[in-house]
Amino acid sequence: MTTDDRRAEVRAAIRQAVSVSVATGLYGVSFGALAVAAGLDLPQTMALSLLMFSGGSQFAFIGVVGTGGAFGAAVATAGLLGVRNGLYGVQVAPLLGARGLRRTVAAQLTIDESTAVGTAHADPQAARAGFWWTGVGVFVLWNAFTVVGALLGDALGDPRRYGLDAAAAAAFLALVWPRLATGPARVVAAVAVVVALAVTPLAPAGIPVLAAAAVAIVLGWRTPAREART
Amino acid sequence: MTWLAILAASAVCFAIKLVGHLVPEHWLAEPRVARTAALVTVALLSALVGVQTLTDGRALVLDARLPALAVAGVALALRAPFVVVVAAAALTAGVLRALGMP
Repeated sequence: MTTDDRRAEVRAAIRQAVSVSVATGLYGVSFGALAVAAGLDLPQTMALSLLMFSGGSQFAFIGVVGTGGAFGAAVATAGLLGVRNGLYGVQVAPLLGARGLRRTVAAQLTIDESTAVGTAHADPQAARAGFWWTGVGVFVLWNAFTVVGALLGDALGDPRRYGLDAAAAAAFLALVWPRLATGPARVVAAVAVVVALAVTPLAPAGIPVLAAAAVAIVLGWRTPAREART
Repeated sequence: MTWLAILAASAVCFAIKLVGHLVPEHWLAEPRVARTAALVTVALLSALVGVQTLTDGRALVLDARLPALAVAGVALALRAPFVVVVAAAALTAGVLRALGMP
């Protein structure tokens, strides 16, 4: 790859990071509004976006607290929905090569979006740019829009009206797209979708996606290396 | 009690994230582990696409998101830039909902 190609790929990663950050950050409005509706005050709502910083865990947490759930249930649900971030860490840590404080910051920024943009790029420099720009971009906008949502309530309306939910799904599709070049990856992707959809009506939120990951672990472990090169 | 739950749950979520980053590198150098980790990421992201397109978190739901994702798929097959793919999906869902689709 020439230097120009590399620069172009880094720029492409940064452009992706900006679009993903805006689309995801705007969802912070929903979170802020729902957290206040669930009975949390402004500092508590802000603390969740700053400290927990994982959309799925945060929505689940206020869901449990809002319905009068117990302390243990709220913590366990949030933790369960955060398990996939641990799996992402295994994948992004070698790309980043971060140590000390930098690694601590990288860990806090390890979420669906930063992992997706980072791992979508084969060039290490572009992968790192994608991870950091997305992680920091989503963090800043998610926290800013959490405050907006908590203060304005739902005056801005449902983000679904602007198609933001479809934008999120499309962004993940676009990010996983380049990784579907090989046969085994396509099989795993197809099985993952079927398993996640089949488990959805049976299990609480967060479990279907983890069930899909479990299938990938079994398939990845058992497939001979020759065929599974990705 | 709410503050305690917020701090405890945040600590748990951060610890999980950190554990992933602390897995020793020589484990990951093992080809089978590296391959499996890559496939797990593909599975997680693909499952997210499925769940975010066809469910409301509890049940299967068919709404404007599915045609929007189909438009995104066509845009990707035509090698459209990322921003165009995402904007086309949002526009499709927004327009279909304005026309009365759920």
